Amino acid sequence: MSMGERIVSLDGVDKSFGAVHALAGVDLACDSGECLGLVGHNGAGKSTLMHVLAGTLRPDRGRILVSGDDLTRSYDVAVAQSRGIRCVFQELSLCPNLTVAENARVFHASLRGLGWRRRAGKLILDKLDEIFPGHSIAPGDVVGDLGIARRQMVEIARAFSVTDTPVKLVILDEPTSSLDAVLAGQLLDFVKRFVAAGGAVILISHLLGEILDTASRVIVMRDGKVVAGRPAAEFTRDSLVAAMGSVAKGADESSARTAKGREGAPVARARPAGQRNGAELVAHRGEVVGLAGLGGQGQTEMLRALFAAARRRSREASVREPVALVAGDRQTDGIFPLWSIEKNITIASLRRMVRGLLVDPRQEAVMAETWREKINIRTPDVGNNILSLSGGNQQKALFARALGSVAGIVLMDDPMRGVDIGTKQEVYGMIRAEAEAGRTFIWYTTEMDELKNCDHVYVFRNGRIVADLARDELTEEKVLHTSFTEEAA
Amino acid sequence: MIRDVLRKPWLWSFVAAFLVWLATMAFTGFKGGGELISAALTFATFFVIVGIGQMFVFTLGPGNVDLSIPATMTLAGSVAMKLMDTQDSMIVIGLLVALVIGVGVGIFNYILILGLRIPPIIATLSSSFVILSAAIAYGRGLRIKPPPLLAEFTTVQVAGIPVLAIAVVILAALMGVVLHRTIYGRSVTAIGQSIRAAGFAGVPVERIRFLTYVLSAVLAALCGYLFSGFSGGSSLSMGEQYLLASIAVVVIGGTSVAGGNGNLPGLWGAALFLFLVQSMLNTYQLSAGLRYLATGLIIIAVITAAGGQKTLR
Repeated sequence: MSMGERIVSLDGVDKSFGAVHALAGVDLACDSGECLGLVGHNGAGKSTLMHVLAGTLRPDRGRILVSGDDLTRSYDVAVAQSRGIRCVFQELSLCPNLTVAENARVFHASLRGLGWRRRAGKLILDKLDEIFPGHSIAPGDVVGDLGIARRQMVEIARAFSVTDTPVKLVILDEPTSSLDAVLAGQLLDFVKRFVAAGGAVILISHLLGEILDTASRVIVMRDGKVVAGRPAAEFTRDSLVAAMGSVAKGADESSARTAKGREGAPVARARPAGQRNGAELVAHRGEVVGLAGLGGQGQTEMLRALFAAARRRSREASVREPVALVAGDRQTDGIFPLWSIEKNITIASLRRMVRGLLVDPRQEAVMAETWREKINIRTPDVGNNILSLSGGNQQKALFARALGSVAGIVLMDDPMRGVDIGTKQEVYGMIRAEAEAGRTFIWYTTEMDELKNCDHVYVFRNGRIVADLARDELTEEKVLHTSFTEEAA
Repeated sequence: MIRDVLRKPWLWSFVAAFLVWLATMAFTGFKGGGELISAALTFATFFVIVGIGQMFVFTLGPGNVDLSIPATMTLAGSVAMKLMDTQDSMIVIGLLVALVIGVGVGIFNYILILGLRIPPIIATLSSSFVILSAAIAYGRGLRIKPPPLLAEFTTVQVAGIPVLAIAVVILAALMGVVLHRTIYGRSVTAIGQSIRAAGFAGVPVERIRFLTYVLSAVLAALCGYLFSGFSGGSSLSMGEQYLLASIAVVVIGGTSVAGGNGNLPGLWGAALFLFLVQSMLNTYQLSAGLRYLATGLIIIAVITAAGGQKTLR
């Protein structure tokens, strides 16, 4: 593959969904040997643009050229694939009832005849080994049994695997949002190797550090348009944020938060089932408690145990106030796809809105409208279907569901996946304000920046608590160190 | 406004019912059209009663179905008839006993489903054998007449419209309110869309599923009680055609088989349609084989016409 060859270019692409103008005259070009970073707020049109590139959405206007051929009329998923353009979407596309190997076969139709299962397994396993050494995924694993991080890994490996057509361009839409720091690092290293060997990658991420570190050129989108496009070296974190159109807030505003004394009876306590020593998780009223460590080390299970303890007695956990949960895997654990944004927000608060025996629609409308304004859910009408929102805005609706409920304890299962920086800052601010007002947050996150918002952090490894850090002891080194080495403590 | 109505999936079942009625009338030269409508209303009433319960069960999501409806009808009908022993004074007690039987069957079904983790389709199928055996053991297959007052109530008409049909129209409207405006109904549709998301949103999933299976069994018992009154007594085979009918009216009526999207008005359209198709084919005096073939094709056509719901994005 030669360097600098034009793989694909889009020319004046428009796309509307009803009244929403998702793309307005977008030009985009991608050459072999480059990693193109794509940033922008939720709803800026990034995912729509990638759907157009992948052939899953047909633009209303504009031209699509692949390797110089005008394919506007015939462009679809099959054409994109045959031309070596692959895509890993935010919404994962694996079949949950099939194994890892079988999912590889679904994608590669040329794996046929006797022994296809073994060959498909080897294909995907080799790629997994190459990208994520030490991944511990077997080809026979059923995808539905894998956690969200492993599903994402399989999806990525599948997109890079080759049978009869070459891979020229891979689009990665928020690929690291479900991965912990180590896996994300492995992936980005692989992307760099792939690009150096003449491949091309379009990388979408809300983590600007990732973009600046990995991409050779950065495109900024806002309101359906490309507003900036320059070599990555010419951007800084602040200039990127400014180009995206939000004011860069003092990055360390959060660290002004002082540690509180831990007194009185806790509102929640829990001990992992496999904990051998006396360590336990304790949360006091008004605290923000962080659960850290690598992905999938028992943090989600801990949150589930706390959630279950609000309903029935549990040996693992006890809570003294009602509990709400903001799911991280919003597709399977969060949204109700047939419902409006309004119904999705009010479901956890209906008990407050009952008059006589019936739910009062006016109170529902008031609550949804209030939260739409409060956290700026981008929609003209909360009566629209939840799927009309971009991924980040769907997540905002889920936040509204939890924060709008009466729950005194809010559990958060790495909820900021696919949420842009401006929204994150808003949500952090809201969490702090709610905590001041006496709400308790227990927050599993894989991002170090988010731990800085916490009063107390528990580091998990192998399903157990291995470190218990108060706010003034919290450093990135300590978290990373304890994530990797098992403490005897 | 008109476009909103046209987009409703239940509309098709009424259109289909009307077309079938027209087709029948064209054959008979528009004689007996009124009688045909009152007969259709009468029989559709019973389909709708069990259809309501089945619809709530379907709305719980894929895999949820109640196959014990016919057996529950038979047991409730025969026990109530034997207990009332044709005395008008026992009507209320007979009704209560029938409803209690429904509650019992619902609890039994749910024990199998939750306690023993048997899939609903198998659980309700096997429980229906147990229930039917109980009915046989209790009634010994004897046909006992209903109290005259009950027979009267289930057959009386006002201006050609059966009183029972009016009552069940009101029942369906009430259940529509339950589905769309109560916490229970909202919970059922939440579970039907995503049982995990419902659990994390704080919906008491198991309690709601339990209540729904009980509701279905209670409505089946009510239907058995009323149908025994209507048809001059209970019999062991009285529930037979209600197994498929209860499922067909739900599906033809526009309720999503994938769950989360219940539809009450459509039950009436579909129930009328089912009855009218049968009587149309009888009027045409087709052979049995052709009748079955035509019934199948017509149902497929209606579901296809109603099923074109577009998804966003």
